[in-house]
Amino acid sequence: MTALSDVSLTVAKGETIAIVGENGAGKTTLVRHANGLLKPTKGSVLVDGVDTRKTTTATLSRKVGIAFQNPDHQLFSESVESEVSFALRNFGFAEDLVSRRLDWALNFFGLEQYRKSSPLVLSGGEKKRLTLACILAWDPDVVVLDEPTVGQDSIQKEKLAQIFRMLKSTGKTIIIVSHDVEFLWPIQPRLVVMSSGKVVADGEISKIMADRGLLEAARVTQPQLLRLYSELRSRPPSPFLDVDDARDWVSGSRARQEAR
Amino acid sequence: MSTTTSPGEKNILVSIEGLSFRYPDSQRPAVKDVSLEIGEGEVVLLAGQSGCGKSTLLRCVNGLIPHMYPGDYRGSVSVGGLKVAETPMSMLSQRVGLLFQNPENQIFMFSVERDVAFGLQNLSVPREEMRSRVDEAMRLLGVSDLALRAPHELSDGQKQRTALAGVMAMRPRLIILDEPTSLLDPKTALEVVSLIERLNRELGITFIVVEHRLELLIPIADRLVVMDGGSKVMDGVPRDVLADARVEAYGVSVPPISRLYNALSKEGVRLPKVPETPEEMAEELNGL
Repeated sequence: MTALSDVSLTVAKGETIAIVGENGAGKTTLVRHANGLLKPTKGSVLVDGVDTRKTTTATLSRKVGIAFQNPDHQLFSESVESEVSFALRNFGFAEDLVSRRLDWALNFFGLEQYRKSSPLVLSGGEKKRLTLACILAWDPDVVVLDEPTVGQDSIQKEKLAQIFRMLKSTGKTIIIVSHDVEFLWPIQPRLVVMSSGKVVADGEISKIMADRGLLEAARVTQPQLLRLYSELRSRPPSPFLDVDDARDWVSGSRARQEAR
Repeated sequence: MSTTTSPGEKNILVSIEGLSFRYPDSQRPAVKDVSLEIGEGEVVLLAGQSGCGKSTLLRCVNGLIPHMYPGDYRGSVSVGGLKVAETPMSMLSQRVGLLFQNPENQIFMFSVERDVAFGLQNLSVPREEMRSRVDEAMRLLGVSDLALRAPHELSDGQKQRTALAGVMAMRPRLIILDEPTSLLDPKTALEVVSLIERLNRELGITFIVVEHRLELLIPIADRLVVMDGGSKVMDGVPRDVLADARVEAYGVSVPPISRLYNALSKEGVRLPKVPETPEEMAEELNGL
């Protein structure tokens, strides 16, 4: 079976892209090529100009951090703190930097109280955050997140959204694989839609999400705010990006009505 | 299966009274003085931020607590008139089914039909009866054609349906679903939701569902219960609970449409009806 078939994709430095598509479309397989964990059987993958077949995953990982969909595939240390410091030491960071990065990561992801605990005792959502903490601690240029919102409550999702804004503002390249269209919509990433191992669409999220036929084929649903927008009789020229945006427009148009 | 009835109301299937539970290695209780009654045939959504006590509460309902997890247990839980703490797991497992978030943690046999039969085999159900119950469950979940397939050959949606068929073969009155759609693409997730709806409407099965993507399940839910810090803090019809501004502070992933409704109310824009879907919201706004 071919998991990916004739995929061509270029991601610019500093770009945020999201990959969506049905279960089994090849999204995870595709992103696992980014650090050489998987190498193409045909064609090639270049990361910052380097062919992934001509270097090691260890070298590429310094540049590309991948947080897996299932944290159990990633976590193996006896404690949360050694989990985070493992890669840092492997990359040869000085001890004082290891400890500062560790403190920052545990604090930022709300994992401080589990420092000495085994990763196995964490809840699913906490494990997921730990995988992110591990990767962001070594500050890779490219951050790949496979289904980051699974098992996260709204407070953690808001935190994730903040992390995206922060990563974006520091010029990181971000690749998100996600089914969570409500989470992706306000971020307004470039959207790549995959189906049966192929890229079937690639472009602005607002254009692609408006194409119901395409979404149907890729088993993706429209975000709620876009569904609302398309049903409105009177509406602004472009769709609402977030709840505040929609609120401002509705209360503004009410005020205009009352003024008349 | 026996159920207690209070006059004029529907049968109570799950009754939780003054339940508190503290794990041995923890200072504070994971569940604090929770009382909750769930009627036969209800679909109840359980929400709240990570660590609010949802999973512990569910473990108290299916008997993992106190049978498998020791700790300080107070109050009582009964399912179908049986006190959970005094009923053996083998008996509880025939009344309460549990579906995990990741079907891969649940299906592991060589074929779909063996997987569906696994629970019944453990109960030493006679061969003939096992055959008919497995066939029935596979038919119900639309996996009969996959009977001889190995689980790893299935799509994620098929895996979830196979896991649910295994639960259904036990003929439970109550099924607990722990984030059943979180790993599924939106369309497959909607299919699982309509399966839940069908099992509920056609067979009267009661569901307790923990899910962060509320927008998918609200249309089929009768009730939304919110927990915070181990306590039950909100309990009502989803429409009403979501229209209460406190719900966001409890870490519940309130769907954008409900957040918009709340934001508009705050600005003094009152819509005649609390909308549950974008289409309902558009109707309200078009009518303003």
